[in-house]
Amino acid sequence: MMESSTLPRLLHGATGRPLTLQQHEVAFAANSPVANLFEELQSSGLTGRGGGTFATSKKVALLRSQRSHHKYVVVNAMEGEPAAHKDQTLLSSNPHLVLDGAEFLASMIGAKEIAVCVSRDNPTVVHHVQQAIHERTRRSERGARFQLHAPPWRYVAGEESALIHWLNDNESLPQYRANKAEPLRIGRGPALVNNAETCAHVALIGRFGSSWFRQLGTDESTGSTLVSLSGAVQRPSVLEVPLGTSLRTILEAGHADPNPQALLTGGYGGAWLAGTHLDVAYTNAALAPYGATVGAGILIVVGQSGCGLTETQRIVKWMANESARQCGPCAFGLPALAEDLTQLLRPTRDPQAVHRELVERCNVIEGRGACRHPDGVVRLVRSALDVFREDIALHVAGSHCAGSRSQGHFVKVPTLEREDELIWQ
Amino acid sequence: MAIKRKVGGFVLRVNPILCDGFGHCHELAPELVKVDEWGYPIIKTQPSALADLGALESARYAVRGCPRQALRIERVADL
Repeated sequence: MMESSTLPRLLHGATGRPLTLQQHEVAFAANSPVANLFEELQSSGLTGRGGGTFATSKKVALLRSQRSHHKYVVVNAMEGEPAAHKDQTLLSSNPHLVLDGAEFLASMIGAKEIAVCVSRDNPTVVHHVQQAIHERTRRSERGARFQLHAPPWRYVAGEESALIHWLNDNESLPQYRANKAEPLRIGRGPALVNNAETCAHVALIGRFGSSWFRQLGTDESTGSTLVSLSGAVQRPSVLEVPLGTSLRTILEAGHADPNPQALLTGGYGGAWLAGTHLDVAYTNAALAPYGATVGAGILIVVGQSGCGLTETQRIVKWMANESARQCGPCAFGLPALAEDLTQLLRPTRDPQAVHRELVERCNVIEGRGACRHPDGVVRLVRSALDVFREDIALHVAGSHCAGSRSQGHFVKVPTLEREDELIWQ
Repeated sequence: MAIKRKVGGFVLRVNPILCDGFGHCHELAPELVKVDEWGYPIIKTQPSALADLGALESARYAVRGCPRQALRIERVADL
């Protein structure tokens, strides 16, 4: 039995190898399973941990109201963000917790099939999940049927409509949704798409109840969350922290630079936070006044020797390349943003005009894609313009900021295969 | 009065995936749609209430004139 209000919850009993079904049942044994799972989920206040922070119980309620014999639960462990490692860590330590959660969700909405989606570029995790599903099917034939899917890794492939598109037509492209309140459908059956970490939390709520879950976290943001910490740290790590922990505590726990220049919160589609705001609590409500988000639980620490503008430019360039190129504002707008940022770094035109153009383009692009990919980039660029105001002023004036002389990078952006993959003109 | 009720709650929406930036909508309904520097439409003040009959009429022109059939007039509940 897990003791109350202690961490780790999700990574409880982790040994470095995935727990077998037997070990899992010992590690997470519950005295009395909860009576009404859906009510517990509602009162737990669990929100999605994939970046959207949407209330899980609302999603479930929507799927419960649908009438269909072919409902699906989709476990999203695609992890499109290059800086995120939480789903991968979770699935290689407690895969059965995620699968348990998916089963709970399936029983709540009456789904017969569960699709677990892991990117095929991560064969170890695919193997772990395969093993875990195999163990379960050997044990019993009851309940929902598990299926493993391994789409290729792309940034937008983890977006929920792109994932559903993959399950339908083997194409990982986001879809246009005229009505966002309609559930996504696989064939004709409505599908409930949840992040792997969210599923694991559901499994814990199903065992120990909502009051246990609420013992950690704040009143609005309940429970704990996994944080992928990288950048100016001793080694990149995945930590489990209660929501509402101050950023300083998280950085200390992860052996990070205690005096960073800035933090990238939420991932590549997230926002910068100046290094002076380390006492802010790690919840969406507390971070919102600074423009930052929890997002997919990513924190990238940029030390004093880094140049925020360079980091932003590298990220935006990569993100522009990861666009699915379906929508014009994203396919042409993001490369234009990357180009503008390069201009700010190494000006060949009038930098003041470039700066104005950049702000103007951000306004034009926002909200005009089928998915949220361009919006995320716009948010990142806007926050960079705000947080690194002084550095940009230096760059614009023709000199260089302190960080850009050191040539070091803190954000590990994946390398582009070919530089000319970028579609500029 | 009847006309007003009929046109009150409609908005013009574009499906950005289907849209290829032909720009016909801007030609046909310049008061509703402007184009960005790459030729993709920006529906002014989105979602735009097609307040009067003339606006609805030109929105219909834009919808019919779109070579990719990416535009739609949608009914909205509150506007």
